[in-house]
Amino acid sequence: MEAEAARPDRRAERAAARRRRDRRGFAIAAASTVLVIGGLTALILTSSGWPAVRETFFNATVFKESFPDVAKAFWLDIRVFLIVEVAVLALGLLVALIRTSRAAAMFPLRLLAILYADIFRGIPTILLVYLIGFGIPALANSDAEGSSTLSWLPTEPVVLGAIALTLSYGAYVSEVYRAGLRSVHPGQRDAALAIGLTERQAMRHVVIPQAVRNVGPPLLNDFISLQKDVALIAIIGVTGEAFQVAQIMASTDFNYTPLLCAAVLYMAVTIPLARMLDRWDRGRVR
Amino acid sequence: MSGTPVIAIEGVTKAFGDRGVLRGIDLEIAEHEAVAVIGASGSGKSTLLRCVDLLIEIDDGDILLDGEVITDPAADPVAVRRRLGFVFQAYNLFPHLNVIDNVTLGITRAHGLGREDAREAARATLARFGLEGREEESPSNLSGGQQQRVAIARAFATRPRAMLLDEVTSALDPELVGEVLRAVRDLKQEGVTMLIATHEMGFAREVADKVGFLHEGRLVEVGPPEQVLEDPRDPETQRFLRRLLEAGRA
Ligand SMILES: Nc1ncnc2c1ncn2[C@@H]1O[C@H](COP(=O)(O)OP(=O)(O)OP(=O)(O)O)[C@@H](O)[C@H]1O
Ligand SMILES: [Mg+2]
Repeated sequence: MEAEAARPDRRAERAAARRRRDRRGFAIAAASTVLVIGGLTALILTSSGWPAVRETFFNATVFKESFPDVAKAFWLDIRVFLIVEVAVLALGLLVALIRTSRAAAMFPLRLLAILYADIFRGIPTILLVYLIGFGIPALANSDAEGSSTLSWLPTEPVVLGAIALTLSYGAYVSEVYRAGLRSVHPGQRDAALAIGLTERQAMRHVVIPQAVRNVGPPLLNDFISLQKDVALIAIIGVTGEAFQVAQIMASTDFNYTPLLCAAVLYMAVTIPLARMLDRWDRGRVR
Repeated sequence: MSGTPVIAIEGVTKAFGDRGVLRGIDLEIAEHEAVAVIGASGSGKSTLLRCVDLLIEIDDGDILLDGEVITDPAADPVAVRRRLGFVFQAYNLFPHLNVIDNVTLGITRAHGLGREDAREAARATLARFGLEGREEESPSNLSGGQQQRVAIARAFATRPRAMLLDEVTSALDPELVGEVLRAVRDLKQEGVTMLIATHEMGFAREVADKVGFLHEGRLVEVGPPEQVLEDPRDPETQRFLRRLLEAGRA
């Protein structure tokens, strides 16, 4: 009797205590946010250099003037990004499949795949863009008589930049895929073979789909960095790329605000990707 | 029993490294017969079944399916597996496919049926194991017993010559064992030829025509269930059954 009467009261008490705790937690979070962000803002705004920085980096007039041109150039970044992304997904998967294959006949390919992954992950992407961007045209160059054995090589900077990015990111992504392939339980392959699939069908219909699912978040993570690294193709003379356009504007006007335009555009793509990644990751834990 | 056995295992040996797991196994399974293999954990029951389905290569001896040597290095393992059905201890359903696609994958890709025919066959097989209405669900939404019944349907949908069942109830909560055993009993009534690895003595007694006790890589005793399970001659079988009885499992 007594216990029964006491129960509703205790529940109300607990609910009240929880509400108090929540309110206090919210108040603390709000206060500390205002304090930290406000403090940092105040620190910057009151510094002696701030007026000059505002003028050269955060100039509203320059921003408005330069934004349309930078945005137009950014379209090239997006296209390069999309094409390279598709190529990277295919190349990475191919390399990962070669590396995980066990057939003896694949040995030379396996060796090549290992060399590729090791070498291209070992070279900084910016260096690779340089090497390919300037090295390939040099190979394709004709000699004094005007003939060249390698004249069929591409010399378009944008193509070379895309190739360099693909090779660099393909090496990383092949490792991501490889981890994904390893993460699929061997019982899955057994079950696929047991229902009568060939090795190849087992890979295609059972192992690869699960591997790709398992590595979705890390793949997306690599694409966030790829999206930013597209800017690197500016250094080999790709014209009309967002960073390059912004840089030229900045150096002619001695005002860096156009670079801010480019930064805002990059963020407009990478931040939604990052949010998506977070949601995906959370969904998987459930 | 007359005629060629569906499965004949002749002097099969298999070692992992220098651990001899199977050390000369002889066993025949006639048409419509259910043979149960019992034995302690690690005695090689799964290994034996996996050898028959060519999921692992045997070292020596032969395995015949309908009189044809399937362990011949020149034989095509894929064609052999298409004539057998395997049900795994841990279900091994494909988690990225829904229930019906788990069943149709083999029917379409390995047996070449069209999508609609395959779905019809799969639906009928699932219904027969009490899974109607669950076709579009993800396997992870099902209970262990339901998952194992999907796995049985997946293996049985193409009407294999024989079913290989590897401890199909050992991963299940006790209250779910019954429904899976009912599905196997159902197969037996239909006359499906089966090789069953099991820990369920009562079930082996009821369903099996023949029971073999596997110990240290050999089938030390093979015979009708009444004899092997109730009046074993081999001292190892006696010891094994006594231990099970003490553990309250028989
Ligand atoms: N791929 C493998 N590599 C090495 N050893 C293995 C392999 N598969 C099985 N074994 C070993 O072979 C022995 C028999 O294993 P198996 O799985 O066939 O036993 P089991 O009778 O099915 O046992 P359980 O009742 O626990 O399922 C075990 O000692 C196991 O460790
Ligand atoms: Mg086993």
